[in-house]
Amino acid sequence: MGILSSSIARKVAMALSGLFLVFFLAQHFTINLTSIIAPDTFNSWSHFMGTNGLVQYLLQPVLIFGVVFHFVMGFVLELKNRNARAIGYQAYKGNASSSWASRNMIISGVVILAFLGLHFYDFWIPEIVHKYFESNPEDPTRYYAETVHKFESPVRVGLYVFAFVLLALHLWHGFSSAFQSMGFNNAYSKALKGFTKLFAVIIPLGFIFIALYHHFNQLPH
Amino acid sequence: MNLTLKIWRQKDAETKGKMVVYKVTDISEHMSFLEMMDVLNEQLVNSNEEPVAFDHDCREGICGMCSMQINGEPHGPDRGVTTCQLHMRMFKDGDTITIEPFRAKAFPVIKDLVVDRSSFERIQQAGGFISVNTSGNTQDANAIPIPKYAADEAMDSATCIGCGACVAACKNASAMLFVGAKVSQYALLPQGRVEATERVLNMVEQMDKEGFGNCTNTGACEIECPKGISLENIARLNREYLSASLKG
Repeated sequence: MGILSSSIARKVAMALSGLFLVFFLAQHFTINLTSIIAPDTFNSWSHFMGTNGLVQYLLQPVLIFGVVFHFVMGFVLELKNRNARAIGYQAYKGNASSSWASRNMIISGVVILAFLGLHFYDFWIPEIVHKYFESNPEDPTRYYAETVHKFESPVRVGLYVFAFVLLALHLWHGFSSAFQSMGFNNAYSKALKGFTKLFAVIIPLGFIFIALYHHFNQLPH
Repeated sequence: MNLTLKIWRQKDAETKGKMVVYKVTDISEHMSFLEMMDVLNEQLVNSNEEPVAFDHDCREGICGMCSMQINGEPHGPDRGVTTCQLHMRMFKDGDTITIEPFRAKAFPVIKDLVVDRSSFERIQQAGGFISVNTSGNTQDANAIPIPKYAADEAMDSATCIGCGACVAACKNASAMLFVGAKVSQYALLPQGRVEATERVLNMVEQMDKEGFGNCTNTGACEIECPKGISLENIARLNREYLSASLKG
């Protein structure tokens, strides 16, 4: 794999793609937050994100590459790690020395990946169809109502909440771990770790709050 | 106290192993874990059975030989100790104790609880040294000024005894704490800086070749390390590796 032939290089690549996705998550959350405090702003920001050429043709492909790279590399590392202990222990007391979240990034990761599938089905594919395959006149005010209606189904909201709890666990370990993988360990490490833990709880909880808010404040069809 | 022991028995590297149950009685709480194993082996020898093979040497927590996974943890439930320093008072009368060899593809089982850890030796040989002229003109190491903090940190890293508990504890069987400690011990000192670039590249290359897993920063190695080697050593290893890779 060339530049990714060493274990440390693969971990650094995993950390960098993860940090990029964390940055994207913060941006996504900011836009979602406007849907409960300022629907007009939500419409105009969504319209911008959906029609701006730079976002659509540069940032979107970069984001998709980042997501695909992160999960493909995640699977590669998981397979290599499993192979490093061909015969497992009869008794393994993992909780004695490490957290569940840190040992099961593959589980939380797979749940997030499945959720991304649902998310693409719910939002991304209809958007692409709406924009590029149907001849719809662009209505910059459609986004708010469309988004709110997506949260009508309690099953979808339930899946959404479950996925974001797993995202919180993934971030709880992954965000601070990315800095360790890149060799960051100094006087600021403790404060940085505190920030990453806070982020890991607040952002997914915020997404969950927004979903529940729309579920219980549905607009008439 | 009376105990039930579930021990991994494996005739040799080629034969498939299995867990075998043994009973030991009248074990004193003041015994070390290895002394308890000695009692079991005496019992086995007296009944014409093959004693359980296990590694041990100094029995004072220095050599790092006594590799055993006890109740799912390397060196057992106590912290900052090797198996020889683990006292039987950590257990209760009637307990069942599961004893297995350290498990890693890079630590193949030789017999019963004895594993081959020469992969660690090969990593050391790849760069865990400094080149010093030993022809009689060797410079006194104390003549080189070294800041106190660097000397302390290097000494902390150098306390790694290469026991392999980090590998055994890691869910990925990663050797990053061991390699991190060995790289750090030299990287922190002026004598080690001279060969720092090739050292870290060669040691990591050898580590990967041996088939150890990748570090996922779970921190289990740091908790289970009998010498308290910290995760800072892994961060330093990552830094050293990245800067060495950029230098080429």
